Amino acid sequence: MIYDWLYSLTGSEMIAIGVQSLLPLYLFILPFALVAVLLERKVAAHMQDRLGPMRVGYHGLLQTIADILKLLQKEDTVAADIDKKFFDLSPLLVFAGSYAAFAAIPFSGAFMGSNIDLGIIYIVAVTGLVVAGILMGGWASNNKYSLLGAMRAAAQIISFEIPTLLIVVTVIMITGTMNLYTMSEWQTGYFWNWLILGGPDFGIAKILLTPLMLMAFLIIFLSTLAEVNRTPFDIPEAESEIVAGYHTEYSGMKFAIFFLAEYANMFAISAVVSALFFGGYQSPFGYLGNLLEIGWLIPIEQFFWFTAKGVFFVLVQMWLRWTLPRFRVDQLMSFCWKYLIPISFVLLLLVGLITVL
Amino acid sequence: MKNYILKFWQILFTIMIGMKVTFRHLFIPAVTIQYPTVRPEMPERERNRLYVNMDDCIGCLQCERACPVNCIEIEIVKSIPGEDLGITSNGKKKALWVTKFDIDIAKCCYCELCVFPCPTDCIYMTDVYEFSEFERDNFIYDFVTLTPDEKEEKKKNYEEFKLKKEAEKAIAAEKKAEEEAAKKKESGTESENTTDDKPE
Repeated sequence: MIYDWLYSLTGSEMIAIGVQSLLPLYLFILPFALVAVLLERKVAAHMQDRLGPMRVGYHGLLQTIADILKLLQKEDTVAADIDKKFFDLSPLLVFAGSYAAFAAIPFSGAFMGSNIDLGIIYIVAVTGLVVAGILMGGWASNNKYSLLGAMRAAAQIISFEIPTLLIVVTVIMITGTMNLYTMSEWQTGYFWNWLILGGPDFGIAKILLTPLMLMAFLIIFLSTLAEVNRTPFDIPEAESEIVAGYHTEYSGMKFAIFFLAEYANMFAISAVVSALFFGGYQSPFGYLGNLLEIGWLIPIEQFFWFTAKGVFFVLVQMWLRWTLPRFRVDQLMSFCWKYLIPISFVLLLLVGLITVL
Repeated sequence: MKNYILKFWQILFTIMIGMKVTFRHLFIPAVTIQYPTVRPEMPERERNRLYVNMDDCIGCLQCERACPVNCIEIEIVKSIPGEDLGITSNGKKKALWVTKFDIDIAKCCYCELCVFPCPTDCIYMTDVYEFSEFERDNFIYDFVTLTPDEKEEKKKNYEEFKLKKEAEKAIAAEKKAEEEAAKKKESGTESENTTDDKPE
């Protein structure tokens, strides 16, 4: 683990913890957000037969950097009648909520922010901070659109947390652990050991579990997608209805932090889904490091596979975004309460029966 | 129950169809034209900025008359005998100095009506379509090739020529009148009182 290495290097727990807690932010989330924003624009453009940003750098490669420079220089507009304290606190809280989720996500066999046993439950719980932040921002903005967006966001996130948790419980029943690290280790080996294909135990249970896990994956993917307010579930920031939702009043860097939190969230849920169902950082074809007997290559390979799976699911999210139109509020709620929750209850029962037998 | 499952299946299935469509479009070449660097091909009979080839203009004023918005303003001065103005490209002899040929392109409605009557095809539409300006005055295009001094000279020449011609005419008229008077004197005495009108 990197923590032990840092501890032996510096001899101070404080420095080791500080460096380790900032590593994912600077080495992963910020570069990822830079790439993902451009990727999103390019994917969107090409799906609509356009080209997207083309001017800054080769095929617009430096567009995001230019945008960030612009956002840094922008005036931080603050309306007269807002609640300044909570207005300033809200983007930080939203970002803290989405960044805290990265603590329990195993990036590779050698790096994990915090190896806590509650793992996945902690992630679901700590992302609740995002709701608090959004609601706080919407309320403090003193703007009807912000408040509407925040209310919608709160209703949506809380509703969709139920199917997410039910599926998480289903998965926990099979794996017998809540720790994402042990969960990933449990799915080690080749891709047929992944939970989406029934886990590493061969037998009748594997055959029975495979279709159920496919359903479970679909449900958790859709419900986590709704939790991070992405299209087709982006009614909290529906541009055509309520301007920009909860971040209507935000400008400059505060808006950029909301934006960063959105992309961090996107990757977080992709990572969680891949850790639950697709073996997390495990390679689908075995490791080159094992083959060549180079020990230090394996964590790097694992990091590569983790990133690849995460980016793949982020791409699927973008793909969905540019395919589907936005849900109506009532459609969203009926989709959650009439379809996702009953089906996940049925899955919970069936999987419980299979694991007992 | 059957309906319920069918509906859920339909939700998933239609999403898949939509995703298939967007995935196919991901690889279709973009229709975007990178405008300032790549120019779109204009249609054959495009109507854009007017241009006047002053070497061919004979100052017939047909375009000015044809213009429905009066954006063309022409002033012409007759040439004096002995001045050679050259020949147009289709063999017409020029006889008029054009001292003013202004087109107010801000007024122009790009109807191309001025182009058709031109006997020498000297006014025509070009393929230039980007000519925005910061000052409104810059939209008045001056096509005259003469310098201001030359314009003045031509005008003065013509005025002098006119005066000279009038003077000549007056002299000729006087001569004629004298001759007529002489004739009348010779022909009869009755018409003698008519000579009182004769200018002295």
